[in-house]
Amino acid sequence: MRNLACNIAGIPFNNPIVMASGTFGFGQEYAKYYDINKLGGIASKGLTLEPRPGNSGTRVWETSGGMMNSVGLENPGIDAFLAEGMKFWETIEPVKIANLGGSSIEEYVRGAQKITKDTEERRKAGLRAIDMIELNISCPNVKEGGMAFGIQTAIAREVVREVRQVTSLPLAVKLSPNAENIVEMAVMCEEEGADCVSLVNTFSGMKIDIHQRRSVFSNLYAGLSGPAIKPIALRMVHQVARQVTIPVMGMGGISSASDIIEFIMAGAEVVQVGTYNFMNLRAGEDLLAGLQSFMEKENIKSLDEIRGIIR
Amino acid sequence: MYTILSNERICDGIYLMTVEGQFQEARMGQFFMMRAWQDAPILSRPISIFNIEKDSIQFLYKIAGEGTRLLAKLHKGDSIQLEGPLGNGFPHVKGRVALIGGGIGIAPLLYTAKQLDKPDIYLGFQDQSYLTDAFKPYTDKLVVQIGGSVLDALDLSSYEYAFVCGPLGMMKEAARMAEGQDTKVYVSFEKRMACGIGACYVCTVMNKNGNRKVCTDGPVFLAEEVQWHAELSL
Repeated sequence: MRNLACNIAGIPFNNPIVMASGTFGFGQEYAKYYDINKLGGIASKGLTLEPRPGNSGTRVWETSGGMMNSVGLENPGIDAFLAEGMKFWETIEPVKIANLGGSSIEEYVRGAQKITKDTEERRKAGLRAIDMIELNISCPNVKEGGMAFGIQTAIAREVVREVRQVTSLPLAVKLSPNAENIVEMAVMCEEEGADCVSLVNTFSGMKIDIHQRRSVFSNLYAGLSGPAIKPIALRMVHQVARQVTIPVMGMGGISSASDIIEFIMAGAEVVQVGTYNFMNLRAGEDLLAGLQSFMEKENIKSLDEIRGIIR
Repeated sequence: MYTILSNERICDGIYLMTVEGQFQEARMGQFFMMRAWQDAPILSRPISIFNIEKDSIQFLYKIAGEGTRLLAKLHKGDSIQLEGPLGNGFPHVKGRVALIGGGIGIAPLLYTAKQLDKPDIYLGFQDQSYLTDAFKPYTDKLVVQIGGSVLDALDLSSYEYAFVCGPLGMMKEAARMAEGQDTKVYVSFEKRMACGIGACYVCTVMNKNGNRKVCTDGPVFLAEEVQWHAELSL
């Protein structure tokens, strides 16, 4: 066994494999297929202050090497998650990351306050709690807010600054590849006291039904993910990792252990796996085994030996 | 991984695949996520159970896109990945039951017929019928209609339950016919899916009580609870 340990803001990850928000629910469904305690971490489905029904109409479309989704942050709301979902999260070991969505700065702030308070109470009671907030300023599928906050650095700065002030939890900011300048965005997050940046969220894309003569998606555009985006995502992670000193969670199309190695060589501290969960319900377990065997073969003792070696 | 015992073309675009394995625990109306490729297409395909025998399972499917086109190319001896059985199937009911299938919507009804006590069976097709003889041992009344609506061939109110699988318009029409009647109509939905296990929320159907996931809450729903206008406007 090789040492796969990673660390973000003092929080130890057993390995670099984190399941990406929106593709893994809260983990319970996948727990029927393998021991999810093997994972480094889990990012929750995007949570908002109020429950959301998500988008109407078609929510998924396959593309060459990828898929588009237009779920639109359907979720039970933070209160319901803290009351119900946390019962399951209290029983599992991976690092627990609450992905926080919103449509206004106030909504983000109030959401972060609730999560922080909940964690403080659970810690006092000696229970497992949410370890980290991942601020989602990059969801392309909600009309109001979401990605709107993730395009321009000046607007994003306000959200990060306000949320930073109300939470003592480690704060990751999830960046959109649709940002005007993703490197500038990441540098801003570091300046505002974020502990980590995670990138990239999905690329805004489109599919037209030429017979119906309309977009397949009621929200017009949808978020592209999967192997098709990996080269661009990897380049963005590389660019960002060179310009910030805070850790980077890298993601975008990872579907093999060698993909994980690439992201780590590009400078990622940990990686997130999303769409691959749909291609393989035992993705976490298989990627972990693949990672172990790669390190054995290459005689790599710790990921630190290869992290960020591509300059 | 499972092994394909046969994969035969039944008629234009319609195939019947038999896979080796023991699946007796599967319930009527459930489905499997199928995959016989690496990463193209990205997603697995949800295919409902047509029949289960002691050491095999059968899937009846129609070529509708890239995935089913690849499934149709598989041969005896090829491997296939199956995840399942998944979803909530049809309820085990007692009483007078009609099974109503439209086109490839007949697929989940054979195994269902085997589990029930001789339901009446109505199968409708656009231009050619297929595999209707397979239903004969499990019913005293089999109506096969080609062209038109098979719903015209029955009096829904004479049944306590109707299980319907077919085009959206047909299922909605069955729901409408049952309005004000005592007949409980259950419909089996088909949707594009990603995970198939309830985690990703891409296959939702709008119900009167909010969104329901076709993969885990369905694919079978009580017709009166579906918001048909939302589904048909897509």
